[in-house]
Amino acid sequence: MLKVFYCVLSRDITLALRRRTDVLTTLFFFIIVVSLFPLGVGSEREQLRMLGPGVVWVAALLASMLALERLFAADYDDGTLEQLLLTGQPLALLVLGKVVAHWLLTGLPLVLIAPLVAMQYHLSSTAIWVMMAALAIGTPVLSLIGAIGAALTLGLRGGGILLSLLILPLYVPVLVYGAGAVSVSAIEIADTQPYFYLLTAFLMGSSLLAPLAAAAALRISLE
Amino acid sequence: MTINWFKFASPAAFYPIAGRLIPWFGRVALALVLIGLFWGFFLTADQLGGSNPQKEYYRIIYVHVPAAWMSMWLYLVLAGWSAIGLVFNTRLSFMMAKAVAPTGAIFTFLALWTGALWGRPSWGTYWDWDPRLTSELLLFFLYIGYIALHSAIDDTRRADRAAALLAIVGLVMVPVIFLSINCPDPNQCAALHQRSDPGSIHLSILIPMLTMTLGLWSYSFAAVFARLRTIILTREADHAWVSDVIAKEATA
Repeated sequence: MLKVFYCVLSRDITLALRRRTDVLTTLFFFIIVVSLFPLGVGSEREQLRMLGPGVVWVAALLASMLALERLFAADYDDGTLEQLLLTGQPLALLVLGKVVAHWLLTGLPLVLIAPLVAMQYHLSSTAIWVMMAALAIGTPVLSLIGAIGAALTLGLRGGGILLSLLILPLYVPVLVYGAGAVSVSAIEIADTQPYFYLLTAFLMGSSLLAPLAAAAALRISLE
Repeated sequence: MTINWFKFASPAAFYPIAGRLIPWFGRVALALVLIGLFWGFFLTADQLGGSNPQKEYYRIIYVHVPAAWMSMWLYLVLAGWSAIGLVFNTRLSFMMAKAVAPTGAIFTFLALWTGALWGRPSWGTYWDWDPRLTSELLLFFLYIGYIALHSAIDDTRRADRAAALLAIVGLVMVPVIFLSINCPDPNQCAALHQRSDPGSIHLSILIPMLTMTLGLWSYSFAAVFARLRTIILTREADHAWVSDVIAKEATA
C-alpha cells in the first residue's frame, strides 16, 4: 500500500520539477502579495509589526488556494485521473499522495521563504521561528482541505473563483490560530503552546478525514 | 398504523401532498407571525435588562433571534437531507436540500441585517468582529457556496451529489470554525455578545419570541415546499404524470 503512495508522490514531483515555472509562480505570487501591503497601508515599523503575521498568513492562504486548481486538473484533462480510479488501490491513499506532493511543491517553499518576507515586516527572530513552525504545520492543512474543493470543482467553468468561494471559509480556523501564534509570541513565547496544539490537532484531523472526503468528491465528479 | 415512508420519497407521490400542505403552513405562519409581532411590539415590557437597560430598540429581538435560530436550524436540515440523499440515493432528498438552501440564506442575511440595526443603538456600531456575528457571516458564505456549486454544474446528478458532499463537509467544519472565532486566543476567551440561554430570558419576552420562531419555521415549510414543487416539475418534466398535472391545473 505504501508503495502506491510513494509511486504517486514521486510521479507528481518528477512531473512538477520538469516544469518548474508552476512552482515558482506560486512562490512569487506569495512574495508579491506580501510586498504590496506596506505600500497600501503605509510603512510605519510598529504598524507593520502588528499587521505582519496576519498579512503573511492571508497571502499564504491565497497562494495555496490558487495552486489548488492544478492539483487534479492536468490529470483530469489527459485521463490519468480515471485510470487512477480504476487501479483498485484505495483512492484516499492516492489522493493523499497527490496532496503531499502538492504541499511539498507549493506549501514547503512558502515555509522556507517566510523569514525573508517576515523581515519586510520587521518581525523579531523569535516571531520568525514561530511563523515558520506555524506555517509548516498549517499549510498542509490548507492543501488537505483544499483538495476537497479542487475535487468538487473539477472541470467546471470558472472553477477557480468557485473554489475560492467554497474553500476560503473553511480556512478560517487555520488562519486564526496560525496568525494568533505569531502575534502572541511577541508577548510571551510560552503562550504559543495551545496554538500549536490546536494547529497540530487540525493537521491530524484533516489528514485523516480530508483524503476520504476528497476521494468521495472525485468519484462524484468523474462518474 | 404503519406509514410507508419510501412511498413519499417518490417525487410524483410527494408533489400533491406538498401542494395540499402549503396553504396550511402559510396560514399558520401568517397567524403566528402577526400574533408574535403584536405581542412583542405592544404587550411586553418597554425595556430589557437591569442596571443599564436597553430601551424600545431591544424589540428587534423578536425578529433577530428567531431568524438566527432558523438560519442555523435550516443548515442542519440542508446537511441532513444531503446525507440522506447520499446514503439512500433518493432523488427527492436532494431536491429538498436544494429547496432549503435559499430560505436558509435569506434567514442568515436577515439575522445579520437586524443584528446590524440592533448593534448600532446598543453597541454603537453596525458591525463588530464579535464571534457570533462572524460565525453567522461564515454560515452565510457556506449557504452561498452550496448554491453557487449547485448552479455551476450542469449535470443534475453530479450537482446534487457534489453540493451534498460540500454541505456535509461544511457541517463538520462549522463547530471548528465557531470555536476558532469564539476563542481566537485559547489562553483567554472573550465575547461581546452576552452569554444567553433561553432559561435566563424572562418568560414574557421568551414566549412571543418562540411564537415568532414557530411562525418563521412554518413559513420555511411553506416556502420550501413551494420551491420543491417547481423543482420537481422541472426535473420530472418528461414524465407522463407531470403533463397530467399540468393539464389538470390548466382546466381547473
